[in-house]
Amino acid sequence: MPTESLFTPLAKAQSWVTIDYEGHQLKVPQGVSIAAALLASGVRHSRTTPVQGANRAPFCMMGVCFECLVEVDGVPNRQGCMTLVSDGLRVRRQLGARKLAPLCAEGDCDEN
Amino acid sequence: MHKSKTVVVGGGLLGMTIAYGLALKGQQVCVLDEGDSAFRASRGNFGLIWVQSKGYGMTPYAHWTRQAAALWPELAGKLLADTGINVHLRQNGGYQLCLSQAELTEEVHRLQWLESALGDYPFEVLEPNELQKRLPRIGPDVVGACFSPMDGHVNPLKLFSALHHACQARGVHVLHNYAVDGIEAFGNDFLITSNARELRCEQLILAAGLGNKTLGAHLGHDVPVAPSRGQILITERIEPFLDIPTSTVRQTDEGTVQLGDSAESVGFDDRTSTAVIADIADRAVRSFPCLANVNLVRAWGALRVMTPDGGPIYQELSHAPGAHLVSCHSGVTLAAMHALRLAPSIATGTALPELASFGLGRFSANAEVHHAH
Repeated sequence: MPTESLFTPLAKAQSWVTIDYEGHQLKVPQGVSIAAALLASGVRHSRTTPVQGANRAPFCMMGVCFECLVEVDGVPNRQGCMTLVSDGLRVRRQLGARKLAPLCAEGDCDEN
Repeated sequence: MHKSKTVVVGGGLLGMTIAYGLALKGQQVCVLDEGDSAFRASRGNFGLIWVQSKGYGMTPYAHWTRQAAALWPELAGKLLADTGINVHLRQNGGYQLCLSQAELTEEVHRLQWLESALGDYPFEVLEPNELQKRLPRIGPDVVGACFSPMDGHVNPLKLFSALHHACQARGVHVLHNYAVDGIEAFGNDFLITSNARELRCEQLILAAGLGNKTLGAHLGHDVPVAPSRGQILITERIEPFLDIPTSTVRQTDEGTVQLGDSAESVGFDDRTSTAVIADIADRAVRSFPCLANVNLVRAWGALRVMTPDGGPIYQELSHAPGAHLVSCHSGVTLAAMHALRLAPSIATGTALPELASFGLGRFSANAEVHHAH
């Protein structure tokens, strides 16, 4: 994972939190969005598109373009720019289309 | 003054399909499209090529629909050859999911009526156990389903794009932002006033959806079409889970899921409403519980073009020979018939005998409304 960021924070952060991104512990400023935190940490792409499989990174940073989709604490397709970081947050790349929970094989699990 | 052999009024799925069919016969065609402010019924389509239960109480419509489904591979092939666009035609059947015994009873009644009227009319009524085997993601609230191998679906965005490209390739002239203000018969020609211009043509196709009412009135005919609002919800793309469409939930080839099939009489109002969106979503989640936490990304309303009996209208206007009225709410299902049967019959002046059942004359007496997708 590249660590050299293309972005420079305007002000030095006062406090920091640690998030887990793809198994890497990233120290990021408290109070920023996941998308901003990933860009500031040098993440170059954080999802792949469902149809073409192309790499994408956060773009509009205001909830419109959906390029920043990531999995957050196990929930797929969250908008990274609309979700603030918090200590211990588990973030994963959103690879392609949302996956459905696997179907239970017959007799393999309870109803529901 | 612009002069064409044929003018098609209406640049939606219906108008473009007929224009394509006429162009295939070598006709010089000009399409007048009202523009994006129009109530485009095409916007509301579900991409279904749907046969089951269509034409209940109206046998010719059932026959016409079945012929359309059978002819669809030929249309898809022509579009592919002309444009390279694969409209993703899949005709592996379709399900009507029933969430109550009353729904199932009504659906089965309609299919049995059609079976007795048409003879060969393949369908199956499925109990929950059998349904579960075929659609593993089905929910426990589904009490049964009807399956027919006659049904299918296409990608409607690719279809619309393919029609436009194919028409362009075959020399069809499409004028955008050309709402029609007036039409008069002028000798053997029609004189059309549109966008502050005058256009002349020998042959006129009225395929303007709900606008056909006003256009028909210009030529002295009462066209009984009225809006029926449908609302559509679109989910984010999810992994493939449903390769056979149902009438209310359909997954596209690119992963989005389309939810819909509401019908409301609310006049010329194509907005959405929270209550109906909630109903559609509730029905979808009861049908497929795996949709429960899936995000919706778009919702919109659109107006179907409904006739009093739900069937299409095909009529050469007696007060204006050379003018053909075409109205329907199944522009996708019937597309193959419109391009490959109706358009050639108009181009060659050879009336199709089966169209006799779809004229304006049938509305002189009151008829019950039958709506199916």
